[in-house]
Amino acid sequence: MATPRKTAAKKAADGPSQDELLKAYGDMLLIRRFEEKAGQLYGMGLIGGFCHLYIGQEAVVVGLTAATVEGDQTTTSYRDHGHMLACGMDPKGVMAELTGRIGGYSKGKGGSMHMFSREKHFFGGHGIVGAQVPIGAGLGFANKYLENGKVSLVYFGDGAANQGQVYETFNMASLWKLPVIFVIENNKYAMGTSVERSSSTPAYYTRGEAFAIPGEAVDGMDYVAVKEAGLKALAHCREGHGPYILEMNTYRYRGHSMSDPAKYRTREEVSKMREEKDPIEHVRKMLLEMGAAEDDLKAVDKAVRERVNDAAAFAQESPEPDVAELWTDVYAPAPAA
Amino acid sequence: MTIQILMPALSPTMEEGTLAKWTIKKGDKVKSGDVIAEIETDKATMEVEAVDEGVVGEILVAEGAQGVKVNTPIAVLLEDGEDASALANGADHAPKAAAAPAPAAPKAPPAEPVAEEPEAPEVPAGAAMATQTVREALRDAMAEEMRRDPMVFVMGEEVAEYQGAYKITQGLLDEFGSKRVVDTPITEHGFAGVGVGAAFGGLKPIVEFMTFNFAMQAIDQIINSAAKTLYMSGGLMGCPIVFRGPNGAAARVAAQHSQDYAAWYAHIPGLKVCMPYSAADAKGLLKAAIRDPNPVIFLENEILYGRSFEVPQVEDWTVPIGKAKVARAGTDVTIVSFGIGMTYALEAAAALARDGIEAEVIDLRSLRPMDTDAVVKSVKKTNRCVTVEEGWPVCSIGSQISAVLMREAFDWLDAPVLTLAGKDVPMPYAANLEKLALVTTAEVIEAAKAVCYR
Ligand SMILES: Cc1ncc(C[n+]2csc(CCOP(=O)(O)OP(=O)(O)O)c2C)c(N)n1
Ligand SMILES: [Mg+2]
Repeated sequence: MATPRKTAAKKAADGPSQDELLKAYGDMLLIRRFEEKAGQLYGMGLIGGFCHLYIGQEAVVVGLTAATVEGDQTTTSYRDHGHMLACGMDPKGVMAELTGRIGGYSKGKGGSMHMFSREKHFFGGHGIVGAQVPIGAGLGFANKYLENGKVSLVYFGDGAANQGQVYETFNMASLWKLPVIFVIENNKYAMGTSVERSSSTPAYYTRGEAFAIPGEAVDGMDYVAVKEAGLKALAHCREGHGPYILEMNTYRYRGHSMSDPAKYRTREEVSKMREEKDPIEHVRKMLLEMGAAEDDLKAVDKAVRERVNDAAAFAQESPEPDVAELWTDVYAPAPAA
Repeated sequence: MTIQILMPALSPTMEEGTLAKWTIKKGDKVKSGDVIAEIETDKATMEVEAVDEGVVGEILVAEGAQGVKVNTPIAVLLEDGEDASALANGADHAPKAAAAPAPAAPKAPPAEPVAEEPEAPEVPAGAAMATQTVREALRDAMAEEMRRDPMVFVMGEEVAEYQGAYKITQGLLDEFGSKRVVDTPITEHGFAGVGVGAAFGGLKPIVEFMTFNFAMQAIDQIINSAAKTLYMSGGLMGCPIVFRGPNGAAARVAAQHSQDYAAWYAHIPGLKVCMPYSAADAKGLLKAAIRDPNPVIFLENEILYGRSFEVPQVEDWTVPIGKAKVARAGTDVTIVSFGIGMTYALEAAAALARDGIEAEVIDLRSLRPMDTDAVVKSVKKTNRCVTVEEGWPVCSIGSQISAVLMREAFDWLDAPVLTLAGKDVPMPYAANLEKLALVTTAEVIEAAKAVCYR
């Protein structure tokens, strides 16, 4: 049986190139700025309902997505904006969904928590804590059935990791050697409950032991460590050895959703993380040390801001869905004869 | 360019709030992420962070101001290098007005209907009344029952240290301690089952679901274990437990978080089901539910939590499960509803009265057992009936009432029973579609007129 390990994957001798890091920097910054803008639009009443921001956790999805190949699937919870952007979905379509407009990925009918893209292999966007886990394994089941060599990555939180269906899924995934990576985004809290108060054994990467699923704890604030761990897990799955668990130790800077008074942690704890562990700052520093020009970084900042502003403008200009949309999409049409 | 800081919306249902405290003053430098103010909503006090960087040019809304509407400018930031003179023309730089209408706030609470109490049987004459929100009434009900019976305990997600996701359990941890106010992991199926076991073991659990949408994870334990065991054990193994939490649509939280389960649970023999509208009924029914020896599903509503009603201040106020209430007496048409549907029913009745139609409004309050006698009695007087609910129309509470009336009041009906419900689609997120998906007062008025042939 594979033993879980608690070390970050060793850095390969030849680390990432400057070009690669610059791309990672831009990808993470896009998520950060997008989320800040979404928070702003929420405050203005342009976004309603629940809106869960991904700020602080950017390295997880950007690092893992960088390790995937075209066709690998991504599925996650309601904290999904970052995952969609990392998968290459258009910020305009995501933002317009947040404002409930026809130009959104779900024509305005799904909102922040419910978006999908077959083209980008993004399978949601799920509002029920834990429900995405068997769905992600089902995508792995289909991969194996179709013998397409793809791997399904399913992301869930430290809180979700206690749902019963997670363990039912672990058993099936291991039993049937499904190509699926269980990515536990351990951001230390499930709403107001810290992992210490919710989990008898908070070492989530060991939770597959009883099912013979190897696991690894990774510094989820470090793009390079995340990507390396991802490459290893993906290789394991693609070679037919079955599922893999990656526990990404990360942190969310903002409240659980927009309506979280956040009394369960101190401001100092948040500031300390922001100052010492920020994933974007980390890559920025690496780039400067490698000799990247400040101007190149500035150009990235500027381009990102423009994309986000364009997305916000589009999200406000796109009209509300036609009232006839209320009745569409309840059933799929019969296939053409 | 000056930047206006607007009163932020801090929750899906927030329309206004109190500016409890400024943590910045004119001239302070702020950067993105700094706490600038504390704002109180009916649910919680929240810190507000700056989004932009700059120097505080002006505070526009004083500390302590109440009822500050979302999107009101509350302060002005000057960007780097600007001085106060920029304020003079600051108005030009107000953030662009939203291109589209601000998303629908939840329906404005109606002017509180004057509930005529023709029978007034429940509240003793001369009892003192106090104004309370539904939220406070539910909390008091639990606290009173926990004081009364040491076997009663509460468990659920965020019920203790966080004081409740919707603040219904506020203060309970302080008073009763962590043995009786228990935070659970996010494991609905598991803790619902633990609750059933605890009830078998002699305790009286109150299991809170953060919302009933998540009780679908637990529905096997609720139905197969809680509801059926007494029967399967030949009456030996009762299950005194309350499953409670908000049910139905809140505002803009989309399909997976906006479902009304009234008809689902009302279908199950072995369960009792309550769905109160007013604070007095919420309190009285919850106390009755906690004392009931059977599993009780207690369906609350997030939008109603913050509404105020008169609650009798009598020793041990309870309301019997299974008894409807005439919320407004009338002679021309019977409107039957429950829970938040009462909002539309009462609004419609008030509007109909202006057109000379006197509607009798019946608040079912309990859905199982359902007081259909009260409905039949009313329809024998009015000869017409309209039902109103938020859930889906197929196999609804309205269909059930309609069937009962056909059987028991066939000869008294002068028009078909019209059953109003939510539209037969999953709840859309878009503001305009969400409004259309819900049942509306206008639809109730139209239906009532139709059955009166007016
Ligand atoms: C089955 C279910 N129960 C409860 C909720 C309410 N809820 C939404 S998110 C959340 C916390 C989840 O925390 P975690 O899994 O750690 O993910 P994070 O939000 O930290 O990304 C809860 C309790 C829900 N959506 N679904
Ligand atoms: Mg978490």
